[in-house]
Amino acid sequence: MIKHWWKALGVVLVLYTIIFGFLGEVPRQPILNETIRNTYFHVTMWFGMIILMVASLVYSIKYLRTEESRSDLKAKELAISGFFLASLGLVTGSIWARFTWGAFWVNDAKLNGTAVTILIYLAYFVLRGSVDDPQKKARIAAVYNIFAFVMMFVFIGILPRMTDSLHPGNGGNPAFGAYDMDNKMRMVFYPAVVGWTLIAVWITDIKIRFHRLQKNNNEKYS
Amino acid sequence: MKNTVKLFTTLSLLLMAIWSSAQSRMPEVEMADALRENGKIYVVVIVLCIVFAGIIGYLVIIDRKLSKLEKQRKK
Repeated sequence: MIKHWWKALGVVLVLYTIIFGFLGEVPRQPILNETIRNTYFHVTMWFGMIILMVASLVYSIKYLRTEESRSDLKAKELAISGFFLASLGLVTGSIWARFTWGAFWVNDAKLNGTAVTILIYLAYFVLRGSVDDPQKKARIAAVYNIFAFVMMFVFIGILPRMTDSLHPGNGGNPAFGAYDMDNKMRMVFYPAVVGWTLIAVWITDIKIRFHRLQKNNNEKYS
Repeated sequence: MKNTVKLFTTLSLLLMAIWSSAQSRMPEVEMADALRENGKIYVVVIVLCIVFAGIIGYLVIIDRKLSKLEKQRKK
């Protein structure tokens, strides 16, 4: 039970997010209105995705240093979970944009950046699928993953900040400044990021263990 | 039966339209104050909590099944 503490923590934090995300006080802002609460559910997807992609990058580098196949498996599954969170972030953001910015997709530096990022990671999975030799596959994938991470950093971390963007924190807009998030919101937002990330890591953990069992099973009977 | 449903939807949509237009006339920024005042937002929170608990329960079951398999393999 003790080794499962982080799963329980994730569950408690997300429950806290659901309860206080709806009942807590939020700043009153025109256009945004109550949708500012999406911060706890949409923005956290992206934060979680970036955390998982960093973890994936770490395991890719670890693979290149040690050539252990378990690091490659971890890097792959973390990237898949990160991709999953990114997809949820894209869909939820699109709906949010429809009702605040007026369209499902607006020509915003950050939106286009995330679209490119998603394509880059899609190419990572295609690349993995196209190499048969497991060692070669792992090595090429690890190198590509480093490239993908750098590109992600450029497309969603740097470029949107250099141009005008509708997102806060870009083009001179303050990121989570006094106008966007007050301290009451931060009390929910940061636990929400940790909670959602832990849930995503849990799902990733289940998938990694499944693949390990599957691999052992195949070795046994082949 | 079908007509009653139709009538009901039309009426409720009409009511919602009137309600929202009445709201937009207010000078202050609209928030769902009324929802919280009469407590109904709690219903949504409870529903969400149950859905989330269900998903987590499912995850726990999958996790346990995996642990069992892993233990079997070790033997």
